[in-house]
Amino acid sequence: MKITVKLFATFRIDRFDIAERDYPAGTTVAAIVDDLELPRDQLGILMVNNRHVELDREMSDGETLAIFPLVGGG
Amino acid sequence: MERLSDFLLAQASDGLVSWQSQVTASRQFDVSLAEVEEAILSADLLPARYQRNRQMISTAQQLQLFRSKVAVVGAGGLGGYILEQLARLGIGQLVSIDADVFEENNLNRQLLSSPSKLGRVKVEVAAERIAEVNPAVSLIPIQAMCDSQNGAELLAGVDCVVDAVDNVTARLDLSVVCDKLQVPLVHGAIAGWYGHVSTILPGDTTMQTIYRHWKGGKGVEQQLGNPSFTPAVAASLEVAEVCKLLLDQGRLLRNRKLAFNLLHMEVDDISL
Repeated sequence: MKITVKLFATFRIDRFDIAERDYPAGTTVAAIVDDLELPRDQLGILMVNNRHVELDREMSDGETLAIFPLVGGG
Repeated sequence: MERLSDFLLAQASDGLVSWQSQVTASRQFDVSLAEVEEAILSADLLPARYQRNRQMISTAQQLQLFRSKVAVVGAGGLGGYILEQLARLGIGQLVSIDADVFEENNLNRQLLSSPSKLGRVKVEVAAERIAEVNPAVSLIPIQAMCDSQNGAELLAGVDCVVDAVDNVTARLDLSVVCDKLQVPLVHGAIAGWYGHVSTILPGDTTMQTIYRHWKGGKGVEQQLGNPSFTPAVAASLEVAEVCKLLLDQGRLLRNRKLAFNLLHMEVDDISL
């Protein structure tokens, strides 16, 4: 299935801003996070089609996943 | 004896009272500069320092800001700019809370820091700076870490709290305390070229949503550090939210997170 992945801030470095990627049916958000080698302890908010999701959320064909890193400085 | 209000009216020109007249009134009537400021605004006059506010903030609103009490938790990168802007805006009472002293690695971005301030208590420097910038504003310095234990006591009686801390634990605590006190919280966080701001009203769970995947430790700021300009951007956005909250104006960043990326110059308004 086709998933559009949007990365933000530091997650773009050595990856991409936005890309359409192929994943097997039933792929979870966690599997995509791991596939992109995004450190789990640096995850900010995760959104599918502009709604918050958890890591165990299963993706469907044509959906957009947005991944933000955790920003906590001041 | 001449009344203070009569004196101020006689001194006013085009509805403005000069700083010199404010100081003279304070001496002549043996009242504080803050009391003179309140008297000026109550007489529907404006201290001349606020004349460039006048087209967007009415005199009645300026009085409302002067009668407001805002706590800024953290006096570092975000906090320095936030305190400066709140004082210049004319917020009458500020509370600055931070446990730290200035260190050399603060000098690249923290407005209140300078070589001569190294080793000084941040909130004491904040009080001195605000007394210099706007002597009609009072700043209560509290050298402490604000947490879930002391937060309700330290923040009691304020109209609004501004998040200028540097870690997620403190932010989650702050959000719980503000909810308990039924006080709005303006949240901001930064890392390198990036940052975000959000406004949290009592009952909202925005902070818990933003940090729902947090497992402990620092965010990406640990690798990126923070430059001079990113805290200034986040701080300005936070102060704009405080101004709107206190004056009940405009549209707040409620249930939204405004995320900015200064490297690619992108701003995303994310619904939470």
